[in-house]
Amino acid sequence: MSMPIAPAIPTTPAERLRWALSDAWVVSGRELIHWVRNPVVILNTLLFPLIMVLLFGYVFGSAMRVAGGGDYREFLMPGMFGQTMVFGVISTVYVVAANAARGVTDRFRSMPVSSFGVLMGRVIADMLTSTLDLVILMLCGLLVGWRAHHGLGSALAAAGLLLLLRFALVWVGICMGLRLTPEGAGAAWMPLFPLTLLANTFVSPELMPAWLRIIAEWNPLSATVQACRELFGSPGLSGGSWAAEHAIELAIGWPLLITVIFLPLSIRRYRRLNR
Amino acid sequence: MTRFAIEAEGLRKRYGDTHALAGFDLAVAEGTVCGLLGPNGAGKTTAVRILSTLLLPDGGTARVAGFDVVGDPAQVRYRIGLAGQQTSVDEILTGRENLRMWARLFRLGPREAKRRTDELLEWFGLAGAADKRVKHYSGGMRRRLDLAASFILAPRVLFLDEPTTGLDPRSRTEVWRAVRDLVAQGTTVLLTTQYLDEADRLAHQIAVLDAGMVIADGSPSRLKSMIGGDQIDVVVRDAADLPSAARIIARVADASPEIDPDAARVTAPVKDPLEAITVTARELRDAGLQVEDLTLRRPTLDEVFLSLTGRGAGADGDRPAAEKGMVRP
Repeated sequence: MSMPIAPAIPTTPAERLRWALSDAWVVSGRELIHWVRNPVVILNTLLFPLIMVLLFGYVFGSAMRVAGGGDYREFLMPGMFGQTMVFGVISTVYVVAANAARGVTDRFRSMPVSSFGVLMGRVIADMLTSTLDLVILMLCGLLVGWRAHHGLGSALAAAGLLLLLRFALVWVGICMGLRLTPEGAGAAWMPLFPLTLLANTFVSPELMPAWLRIIAEWNPLSATVQACRELFGSPGLSGGSWAAEHAIELAIGWPLLITVIFLPLSIRRYRRLNR
Repeated sequence: MTRFAIEAEGLRKRYGDTHALAGFDLAVAEGTVCGLLGPNGAGKTTAVRILSTLLLPDGGTARVAGFDVVGDPAQVRYRIGLAGQQTSVDEILTGRENLRMWARLFRLGPREAKRRTDELLEWFGLAGAADKRVKHYSGGMRRRLDLAASFILAPRVLFLDEPTTGLDPRSRTEVWRAVRDLVAQGTTVLLTTQYLDEADRLAHQIAVLDAGMVIADGSPSRLKSMIGGDQIDVVVRDAADLPSAARIIARVADASPEIDPDAARVTAPVKDPLEAITVTARELRDAGLQVEDLTLRRPTLDEVFLSLTGRGAGADGDRPAAEKGMVRP
């Protein structure tokens, strides 16, 4: 049997980056095969948004009013997009925790694989599935009357902001996943669910008590959702507060801040895993 | 001069108040198998994790395949393979996809990754199941795939953390064969195990670990001779004959015989094995005792372990299993 010869360990930053990207490509390929071969996950991806749209759009929507008037379902859809981006964290946390518990992470770490590459692989896979989530959800939205009134460019910009939030949250998910057991990861939705409601997702902050309104308006999710409503031309824009007036800036700033904090934390945690 | 593939000196690791390793020393010669033996919590897995660069030690030094595990982990990682307690193979992927992914992560080019994958599948007897998803594999097949994955670059040093725990006897034999083949190609293996017969069969060197330190280190036969030479075992048909059998054995024995009434067995260490067995056989026959079994043997590793640590390898007095040399955690 002829033994393969390993290439020399890279020394220049450019080579290291090339290797990290090649590792990321291989790892994301694995994650995507998982996703494609798991019919339950696909069904979830397709059905969950549809159920949520019908539930909130029609069941709750019949009793909801939008501050400043307008169609509730048009108001709701940007909120649903944002909530879906946040809920994506749950699957990130779970997969990362499961890989660590099953020894997959240990094998990666005992190999000369770039740690940044492995984590980027996770990010790429999550971003691709989230993009698909978003596309499906937008199609659902079109069916119930949501429209992007300011044209394709603005709509794409809004989608970009949503995915930027998702990108930042993937790093939060990796960080949490590396600390939790898969069982613990299953409980990740518990703190997330209220966080997605203490925002402008389903109810205009103007209709909330003053103290709650402040929390809701400064919630990073609200910034993204408010920015999307601006870009889509949806009804029910909040107004008055600084946060509401600078939604687009905040929708870029919050995710960048989260990434700056959690990306290095994730890489550090990954390198020092000592369970 | 012997070259060492693994050299550890004074490794220490503490978790809170627990000293997982308290001055761990080990030297394993190139091309040999070292069995790391010890009860649960003795520090076996911690030692393997430090030597395979997964965990930083609090103190001490270790070199694996010539490189420092703390100072030069990337070089070490190119030269080691690790098969942990859980098989890290991916259930959703097929065997072939698993190996190809790991080969790509070891930076083999696409063509080389494919060639090496086919070769390893063949060599580990998985070619027939290569395109089945791993979730349909048996336990033994998974372990072999896991071994194949840790062998993509033909590692100089292979770490196996309890490679056959939970496997049926046939699968264990398959894994043992694979390990022997790897060693025949010059790989050094560090193997942790709770199965004494596994260490006895595979290892050239055995290090017994207790409370984070190596308390005995040497070849299996040297360890066995540490607690004395040969033993004579007599099993009688009728337990009522045990005292008479013990009296006969006492005449040739080096120490007073031990009687195990449940097994109807008398055991004693002897100095001159040939003399002992001849005399014992004759006298047992003359006394007219019904003898089921008369054997001369070296002490088992379990007995070595018991005498070194004051408890069995299972650490919880799991005697019946221990006697078969298969101590489960």
